[in-house]
Amino acid sequence: MDHIELRHIDYEYAASERAVTALRDVSFGVADSEFICVVGRSGCGKTTLLNILAGFLTPTKGDVLIGGRAVSGRGLDRGVVFQDFAQLFPWRTAQRNVEFGLEMKGVPRDERAKTAQRFLGLVNLEQFAGAYPHELSGGMQQRVAIARALAYNPSVLLMDEPFAALDALTRDEMQRLLVDVWRETKKTIVYVTHNVAEAVYLADRVVVLTPHPGTVKAEVKVALARPRDSLSVPFVECQKTVVGHLR
Amino acid sequence: MTRFVLGTVASFGLAAVVWEAFARSGLFSPALSPSLAVILPALAQMIVSGTIFVHIAYTLYRILWGLGLAALLGVPVGILMGRFKAVERFVLPLVSVLSPIPSLAWVPLFILWFGLGDAASIALVLYAATFPIVLNTWTGVRSVNRIWIRSAETLGAGARDLFQKVVLPGSLPFVIAGLRQAFARSWIAVVGGEMIAATSWGLGWVIFDSKEFLRTDVMLSTLVVIGFLGLGFERLIFQAVERRTVGRWGMVRTVGT
Repeated sequence: MDHIELRHIDYEYAASERAVTALRDVSFGVADSEFICVVGRSGCGKTTLLNILAGFLTPTKGDVLIGGRAVSGRGLDRGVVFQDFAQLFPWRTAQRNVEFGLEMKGVPRDERAKTAQRFLGLVNLEQFAGAYPHELSGGMQQRVAIARALAYNPSVLLMDEPFAALDALTRDEMQRLLVDVWRETKKTIVYVTHNVAEAVYLADRVVVLTPHPGTVKAEVKVALARPRDSLSVPFVECQKTVVGHLR
Repeated sequence: MTRFVLGTVASFGLAAVVWEAFARSGLFSPALSPSLAVILPALAQMIVSGTIFVHIAYTLYRILWGLGLAALLGVPVGILMGRFKAVERFVLPLVSVLSPIPSLAWVPLFILWFGLGDAASIALVLYAATFPIVLNTWTGVRSVNRIWIRSAETLGAGARDLFQKVVLPGSLPFVIAGLRQAFARSWIAVVGGEMIAATSWGLGWVIFDSKEFLRTDVMLSTLVVIGFLGLGFERLIFQAVERRTVGRWGMVRTVGT
């Protein structure tokens, strides 16, 4: 059975006294430890979809199931990483940021510190544990955010274009790191992006969303061995397939 | 740091030169606009005799009590306004009506209520300091970055943790700004209050009392003392707190960096 199941999700919102359908009949499943990328141009409802998964929005129709249980509202079974670097708390060091979720869970201080250091190690930032966010580069801040979202051990990691604001070289590096983190932690990842190359590099499967209203146009399986070479012929072919669905 | 000191010395130097030119211009008689050569010895004498320190102590006592009470009252009210619309709707009209009334306009009433002395001055400072603290704290809570709230919620924070661990530190730059403004307003209130409501002690009283004896040198010395006390608080308290908190966290640029 799939770890995440989206069943006939509709989402409508009111814009100037007119109901706008952002998502219509969106259904797909995500297997346990699968890496899914949701791709679409801006305005296709992909962020709305992620917000529904995160529990920030309630679908107008349809159900979200995680681990077989219907989801309503936020929960510690899901970690979220946003695009905005400002998501870290400026008044906390990297380590204390990572500890935040554990603190909310009531984990004792020593154990918290140990766990936080372990996850900072996972994103290669153990030597920056004492740094404040503003002292870190954008890429490092996003790595701290990933560590923070993983530290309290959710089964699902939701990511909303986390690397979109980074320069291309840093983004490549971050993508490689994310694949390593995913392999090590075996999380189920739903990753939203408008970048097709990124989606094909990261995902087991790419879900293509088309706008007005947001619907699943296609699902493209990426059967390429990792680490992937973005210049190889099969990679480019796969990219073409996804782009074809987006047109 | 040294550049900051240089800037300070240069601006004070310029101010001294301008004053000296004014004092010696003959616009007023030397008794009314004494030169620094007269002011500085008067100041030195007040320091040597120690009386100035007693006046300072009285004035600071009134300011710190008033300001402390204002912070105890203003910060929670501002936070509640920012968090609960009902409190905002209730408090904001009151604040809007009361805060533009100059604190000095209350002096006659406060004297009738509290008599001459400390209580009237403290009440005056409390009045003057509360509103800037309330309004700034309220703004601070409203300006807390929403993504911090969202992040904290995904990390499992309940209402209490959200408040203590996100809203409070997140609004600190504004709270500090409010305290700064309140401190400046407190001086206006306390000096004004002491001129009318104090009995024989306090910097405001010194200034007012000196007028009776045409001691413009003492008046100006006291003004200098007030100015430097303000500078001292700014450097030693506000900037230090800022450097260690919101400056350290990169939320504001600290002075001199």
